[in-house]
Amino acid sequence: MTTLFEARGAHGERPSLTTGERIGSVLEYQLAVNRRTWRGRIFSRFLSPVFFLLAMGIGLGGLVDDRAGGVDGVPYLHFVVPAIVAVQAMWVAIGESTFPVLGNIMWDRMYDTMLGTPLRLRDLLAGHVLAVVGHIIMATLIFVGVAAAFGGFPTWGAVWCIPVAVLTGLAFTLPVFAFTARQEQDGGFNILFRMVVTPLMLFSGTFFPVAQLPVVLQPIAWVTPLWHGVEAGRALSLGRVDPPWLLLHLGVLVTFVVVGWVLAERSFTRRLIK
Amino acid sequence: MTGDTPDGDLLLRARGLTKTFGDFTAVDGVDFAVRRGEAFGFLGPNGAGKSSTMRMIGAVSPPSGGELRIFGLDPSTDGPRIRARLGVVPQQDQLDQELTVEENLWVYGRYFGLSRSQVRERAVELLEFAQLTERAKDKVEPLSGGMKRRLTIARSLISAPELLLLDEPTTGLDPQARHLLWDRLFRLKRQGVTLILTTHYMDEAEQLCDRLVVMDHGRIVAEGSPRQLIEQHSTREVLELRFDTDDHAEYAGKVAGVGERVEVLPDRLLVYAHDGDAAAAEVHSRGIEPLSSLVRRSTLEDVFLHLTGRTLVD
Repeated sequence: MTTLFEARGAHGERPSLTTGERIGSVLEYQLAVNRRTWRGRIFSRFLSPVFFLLAMGIGLGGLVDDRAGGVDGVPYLHFVVPAIVAVQAMWVAIGESTFPVLGNIMWDRMYDTMLGTPLRLRDLLAGHVLAVVGHIIMATLIFVGVAAAFGGFPTWGAVWCIPVAVLTGLAFTLPVFAFTARQEQDGGFNILFRMVVTPLMLFSGTFFPVAQLPVVLQPIAWVTPLWHGVEAGRALSLGRVDPPWLLLHLGVLVTFVVVGWVLAERSFTRRLIK
Repeated sequence: MTGDTPDGDLLLRARGLTKTFGDFTAVDGVDFAVRRGEAFGFLGPNGAGKSSTMRMIGAVSPPSGGELRIFGLDPSTDGPRIRARLGVVPQQDQLDQELTVEENLWVYGRYFGLSRSQVRERAVELLEFAQLTERAKDKVEPLSGGMKRRLTIARSLISAPELLLLDEPTTGLDPQARHLLWDRLFRLKRQGVTLILTTHYMDEAEQLCDRLVVMDHGRIVAEGSPRQLIEQHSTREVLELRFDTDDHAEYAGKVAGVGERVEVLPDRLLVYAHDGDAAAAEVHSRGIEPLSSLVRRSTLEDVFLHLTGRTLVD
């Protein structure tokens, strides 16, 4: 056998990796893991929004349009579809930021493995977040395509729902990464799904305008990323953009991303660097 | 070149190295140095501070105090540069169970900035080395413990590290798997890789280490080659005596003076003597009748027992 070290030449300093190489290598790992499950995921990501379209857009929508003449002057389908785009981005973001992240921390300890290499904590955080963004983009494209085929969008402005959905997803991804890194077991995720995800989905102006809620509850919607994502996507899709409002919505989402990054980096450091 | 040690042969040096977790001091001011090409061991029972020391050497755990230089670099500021030159075999294998054997190597090589063709090329060599070529396309999950361990070692070598850190490389493996692994580590050593390992098996330390430190309660209690340690802290031979009793301490007085000293274990007496057979004859001439008596050479286990009053593996 030739020696394992001949090929390499002299020992000593190595050229350091570029940021792109470091983050890219983490992203590659996450994609390699996902390669085995992507068919199943596409299927479920195609089906669940279709169920929602059928139930809410067609079923409930028919009733709302007959009785109330739509919502805010548009057919219920056009009202609800951009909101479901945002909700789905939230689901995917939270799904991918809970169990898979805790797995990399505790179960296969892949983050520990990565930290034993030239990678830094930021690299594995950024690489994993990018992988989640990939999931959000895939899920959003599929749903927007299906919804468009159902006639869910009145204008081409709907294309802008895609980046807004990605931003909405990111606004959940980073804070949830921070949350996950503080969990000792997966029990906390049940509370997250029941106490955060479900109420947000129901009360963020998704299926009915926030104005329908009692006045005291309305401010709660204003501080959640989902409402901003829903409102921005809906305005763009309906062609009813009010620039200051749009900027406000996007600004809030960006704030969640930035603050979430800081919190996630802090939680990861506390959890992984001992 | 920056970062090279002044005396080029020294890969690593620690002075007063300390690690605390809250009120608990895991590593309590240890000093050691490791030279290039050497196999250096940390021997000690569970909880002695071996793994904490290894994690600091691996530039993943920041020291709480003291000074540590690896390749002449400070791990608190140059972590990635140091880690680029290290191979790490953690205590638990931490392999990705969903990926195949070869994918585990590919993915890991990419963390070091190796190109896709480089990782594929090296994976072939390393799987050969780890005797896992036939399992290259299999998933990791069904592999035996020994195979997973060899895969973890192969993985740590993908970047051709100059220093390999092995945290309890053979804990939990059966004897055959251990010998196979030791053989692979010998080969690496012969190829000039510096090895640092922790173990609580004295036979492993004797087999693999040129030099070692004995750790107990976060401190280094002795240092030297296995042979030096035995010479300094034990006698050449040991006479093991078993008696028909629940408390071997009651026989300790009866054999006093037979050897240089006597240790009492729950199930036997250890009489330390230069000449074990002569000691056995002396015991017999005193009219003492043990159930069994056995003469053997001193091992690191005896060194540890002498230094700490405890056995290594309990």
